[in-house]
Amino acid sequence: MGKTMAEKIFENKTGFPVKAGDLVIARVDRAMGQDGTTPLAIRSFEEMKGERVFDPEKIILILDHNAPSPLESVSRLHDLMRDFSRKFGVQLMEVGEGVCHELMVSRGFVVPGDLVVGADSHTCTYGAIGAFSTGVGSTELAVVMLSGELWFKVPETIRLNLKGKLPAGVFSKDIILYLAGKLGADGATYQALEFHGPVIENLEVEERFTISNMAVEVGAKAGLMIPDEKAIKWVRERTNREFQPVFPDSDAQYSQVIDVDCSSLSPQVALPHQVDNVVPIEEIGEVPIQEAFLGTCTNGRLVDIEVAARILEGRKVHPEVRLIVAPASREIFLEAIKRGWVETIVLAGGVFVPPGCGPCVGTHQGVPGDGWNVISTANRNFKGRMGNAQSFIYLASPATVAASALEGKITDPRKYLR
Amino acid sequence: MILRGKAHKFGDNINTDYIISGKYKFKTLDMNELAKHVMEDIDPHFYEKIKPGDFIVAGRNFGCGSSREQAPRALSAAGIRGVLAQSFARIFFRNAINCGLAALECDTSLIEDGDELEIDLLTGKVVDHSQGIEIKTQPLPPVMVDILQEGGLIEYFKKYGSFQGVRR
Repeated sequence: MGKTMAEKIFENKTGFPVKAGDLVIARVDRAMGQDGTTPLAIRSFEEMKGERVFDPEKIILILDHNAPSPLESVSRLHDLMRDFSRKFGVQLMEVGEGVCHELMVSRGFVVPGDLVVGADSHTCTYGAIGAFSTGVGSTELAVVMLSGELWFKVPETIRLNLKGKLPAGVFSKDIILYLAGKLGADGATYQALEFHGPVIENLEVEERFTISNMAVEVGAKAGLMIPDEKAIKWVRERTNREFQPVFPDSDAQYSQVIDVDCSSLSPQVALPHQVDNVVPIEEIGEVPIQEAFLGTCTNGRLVDIEVAARILEGRKVHPEVRLIVAPASREIFLEAIKRGWVETIVLAGGVFVPPGCGPCVGTHQGVPGDGWNVISTANRNFKGRMGNAQSFIYLASPATVAASALEGKITDPRKYLR
Repeated sequence: MILRGKAHKFGDNINTDYIISGKYKFKTLDMNELAKHVMEDIDPHFYEKIKPGDFIVAGRNFGCGSSREQAPRALSAAGIRGVLAQSFARIFFRNAINCGLAALECDTSLIEDGDELEIDLLTGKVVDHSQGIEIKTQPLPPVMVDILQEGGLIEYFKKYGSFQGVRR
């Protein structure tokens, strides 16, 4: 009987035949922590009397969620991470380097076939290059930093076949929002997703991350894609590490197989306060907005800034709207500067904040006011997520966010992209 | 191990941002400080309603969203002894057990807010004294029972030093 990608990766990492449902102890290839979760992991590490880490090369700590620090208490937690990094020789990405999930792939830390854990739920992002990557808690990160191992339940897999051709003005974000609406916030709990089909094949690798990133929004443990030539080339440009890509067997056993024709998909919007509360843009009605946010591990990449710049070029952001942009990494920021997109966006009235998570997690830089509607490229619209429980967050693609910023209301971007 | 306490009822899809908001959890490792803000965005005075040993009773997908371990830890620090839900998001489920917070999957539809509950962690039996009913829970995998019995993952790892002896 054939195996899924998840089963085959766990088989490689344990050295035993495994099947969905098995409980396994597996060695991880990389472990990641960010500034919201690592301080607690360090505390747990100390409580367990940790004296060394299993392999400093395989642990990456990143300051991105609350960076640069807005408060002295946060600065102390950042210093705790810096001290840990120096003491154990662990790599640390400083303030302004970018969002953890962008850096893990763009700096070549993760390769196809890897098993990666991260103390952040969106660690599932790296599934787009064929790695099994999943979020863990702080104490689990501490245990991994000590021993290099963790227990896993090998998940069942839902296979999604994305067929047809994506229409102009419709993007990978619209696909995953549509799927979130279809599957529901717990539609894939305890399971992995495998994305297949011509729609995925035709996406650039950068665009694929958006889809895998949001696998956790339907409860999935991982959001895997075939490491095709495009993905392998993308990875080889970033690392010299040897790797063996893993592919599912043609007769793999899936818990569900879902076919979706993307040919007539519209731009999608997730309404407050749940990611699966999704409607096509034609049904949105009149929704005025006061803030527009472009960035995050979901949509802060070069392709995202490019489409926003195309829409904003020579135009002005609506006077009632604050447009905030957070590039996902320093390299993306630099490239966007070189290509003139930063200038275009700033001239249109946008505000750039440092590469990092920006206002997504509600700690600084763009906390909305009472009663505000925010249109955001992020992955979560929970009440209070951006720091004010009296505001309303709508999720959409970078194109929809840019078009909405211009008009001061949620707007179909297709008229700007003809 | 028998636990007794009162039910605080919540609905479906209670995410970890609701359990403890990002604006608090990034600032401190002091769980007693975070405890004062549990569930604040959906029930502003929830902390004041908790008596030590109480339970949260919820619908589907409890603990979805962020991986923050501060969520189960802040609930514990606030006096919550366990969570009963129709289902859990997987990271929260693991974090809860790793922190020694009981997390049990069962049919919670008949439990009302304020009900007096009694939970036997070993047999997984829940008794709702207010409704006069008994509810069966999904058994935990053996590895999780072991971690819970040691009082959490830190204690488990201090004792065994690895997962190699774990029951599967």
